[in-house]
Amino acid sequence: MIIVGEKINTSRKAIAEAVGKKDAAAIQAVARAQADAGAQYIDVNAGTFLEQEKVLLPWLVETVQEAVDAPLCLDSPAPEALKEAMAVHKGRPLINSISLEKDRYDALLPVVAENPCKVVALCMAQAAMPTTADERIAVGAELIEKLTSAGMALEDIFVDPLVQPVSVDVRMGPAVLAAIAGIAERFPGVGTICGLSNISFGLPARRLINRHFLGLALAHGLSAAICDPTDAELMSALAAVNMMLGRDEYCAEFIDAYEKGLFSKHA
Amino acid sequence: MDFTALSETIIKGNMDGAVKETQKALDAGSDPQQILDQGLIAAMDVVGEKFSQGTMFVPQMLRSAKTMQACVALLKPQFQAGTVSSKGKIIMGTVKGDLHDIGKNLVAMMLEGAGFTIVDLGVDVAPEAFVKAVADEAPQILGMSALLSTTMPSMKATIEALKQAGHRDKVKIMIGGAPVTSQFAKEIGADRYAPDAGSAVSEAKGVLAAG
Repeated sequence: MIIVGEKINTSRKAIAEAVGKKDAAAIQAVARAQADAGAQYIDVNAGTFLEQEKVLLPWLVETVQEAVDAPLCLDSPAPEALKEAMAVHKGRPLINSISLEKDRYDALLPVVAENPCKVVALCMAQAAMPTTADERIAVGAELIEKLTSAGMALEDIFVDPLVQPVSVDVRMGPAVLAAIAGIAERFPGVGTICGLSNISFGLPARRLINRHFLGLALAHGLSAAICDPTDAELMSALAAVNMMLGRDEYCAEFIDAYEKGLFSKHA
Repeated sequence: MDFTALSETIIKGNMDGAVKETQKALDAGSDPQQILDQGLIAAMDVVGEKFSQGTMFVPQMLRSAKTMQACVALLKPQFQAGTVSSKGKIIMGTVKGDLHDIGKNLVAMMLEGAGFTIVDLGVDVAPEAFVKAVADEAPQILGMSALLSTTMPSMKATIEALKQAGHRDKVKIMIGGAPVTSQFAKEIGADRYAPDAGSAVSEAKGVLAAG
């Protein structure tokens, strides 16, 4: 399971303030905390700064990689900002994200195809958002086909099935889970990734919903999650589910996490 | 006539009960407009307030709105054409480049529940399409939604297009969506900012009260 730490996003007030002041220490502290908690990728997003994004995203890349020896998830649909950020990035970043929306696809394809990177392929079509599992799988399949034709390796593609809130339609849970399973089955080697928090929009006790969704998604074959690795209850649930899916030989990681005191005290 | 029982069924989203209460009120000879205003819309006002306060949640709000729609369907034949009073007309849409409709739909539903007439332009609405709708429909309010920080500039572009077409002063503009803030609303010259569907209703009422 690949964990992408989601916290360095300017839609969060504290991060927007730190980025606005170019407070490197504050950003680096958040980056370190996430890496220490088990994030393999650190997401960086400066989207709310609009025109300044192409300056701030590369600044975030340099700032975070000064503190943490990890690749980053460059969270932007803007080709200029991504190019600037990729130019200073060490290692292979994960680009989040390309989709089937025509303008976005055309603008981002050269960026991801011509630079060494991995890419999130978001199941968003040109005209509308997919609703059913089959619609999601169809969009994902088309993206995989196009990206591989453009020279990307299957292993470098992570399909995001587009999580939508169950509060609006309870069929959204099964639809996204079936899409994860369908992509994993039809395209061995391709990864699947999603954010967790959309699932719980409009409901109380969102962290509870998010962590159970993560468990279910893992059981359906999810290979990466964009989430808050400093959430001890989430990470405890992840360790337990991972073990029960037979991916933790001698339950070593689970016990190790317990002994390090990573679980919440009521676990 | 007291519509408390009807309102309660709407707030709870009890469809069968609400339809029965509406029929009962009609059978008792109540004025359909009164049933609508004091029974249904009053109930949705409570729902909107509770939602804004965080004591009711999206699925409950949806259920209440669906319940209200069933009651309105029952009332409709009782109104002679054109006699239902609308609180005002609102044009709504998700801005250009943005396909997210969940938030916009929730807001439209709550505004409709509050008695407004809604013209929903859908998603990925170009500035020119908003301008044309304002010219054609003469609404009191134009509501724009964006869920992406990358599509927020389309709100500004729409306001500019309205200015250029000479329609900016004819309509009040309300905006919302996850990345949108009241500060952004001020910056681009929008009149109102609504952080959620409940506040969209109170902001819209505020616009009309201000005249």
